[in-house]
Amino acid sequence: MSEPMKIRATLQGDVADVRILMMHPMETGQRKNAKGELVPAHFIKNVVVTHNGKTVLDAEWTQAISRNPFLGLRVKGARAGDKISVTWVDNQGDKRTDEVAVAAGS
Amino acid sequence: MDYTRRIVLRLAGSAGALAAAAAAGFTAGRPAWAANRNEAAFQAKAVADALKSIGAVNIVESRDIVITAPDIAENGAVVPVAVTSKIPNTESIAILAEKNPFPLAASFDIAPGADAYVSTRLKVGQTTDMRALVKAGGKYFTAVKEVKVTVGGCG
Repeated sequence: MSEPMKIRATLQGDVADVRILMMHPMETGQRKNAKGELVPAHFIKNVVVTHNGKTVLDAEWTQAISRNPFLGLRVKGARAGDKISVTWVDNQGDKRTDEVAVAAGS
Repeated sequence: MDYTRRIVLRLAGSAGALAAAAAAGFTAGRPAWAANRNEAAFQAKAVADALKSIGAVNIVESRDIVITAPDIAENGAVVPVAVTSKIPNTESIAILAEKNPFPLAASFDIAPGADAYVSTRLKVGQTTDMRALVKAGGKYFTAVKEVKVTVGGCG
């Protein structure tokens, strides 16, 4: 099982600044372990971000994204309490969804 | 859109039945504006091939694309890259690290009317041009920023 994502959504005016940190090894499939065997590729292929159930971003990723990937985006027309949900799917069929409410900004 | 064919193509590319099922289920729930994964573009080993697979032709250099990345990245395993497109009707943003083994690193499909800004962190093997390819109103725009890498991150 994968670890939960860390998602922060903070309101700035009517735009929510969303920062997502996913926990994933993001193996490229080119790295070798101590025994000299190739470590199989294991990376997030697809990330979908929704705002109150409506998809705002659909990202296709590769092994070139860093380990424990970060994704930042801005969601227009957001209000405090709106639901931001993030789902990722990796190349081994594992997936995870986490959700946060938009926090009122300062 | 011919979903059956697309699902078959995905099945051909995925390793296990589980992954295939996940991919098939995923295709069905996608909004119309989100493109299906362009596996050929992601597998391309040269920038030109990747652009060709995307179908990007008549690419225009644009000053309305802002790439935020360090001039010098000490650790190639974690290179922060952000792309902002000020071009109206931006549909997607792709990021290519030109000298990586597979240059096309990520592609972001943006909902109509949503903010054309994405920020992430990439692995970069060596000093390279970081290219952003923006699709807006069916046309392609691009911008480039060089990132010098001290220690490569593709090991």
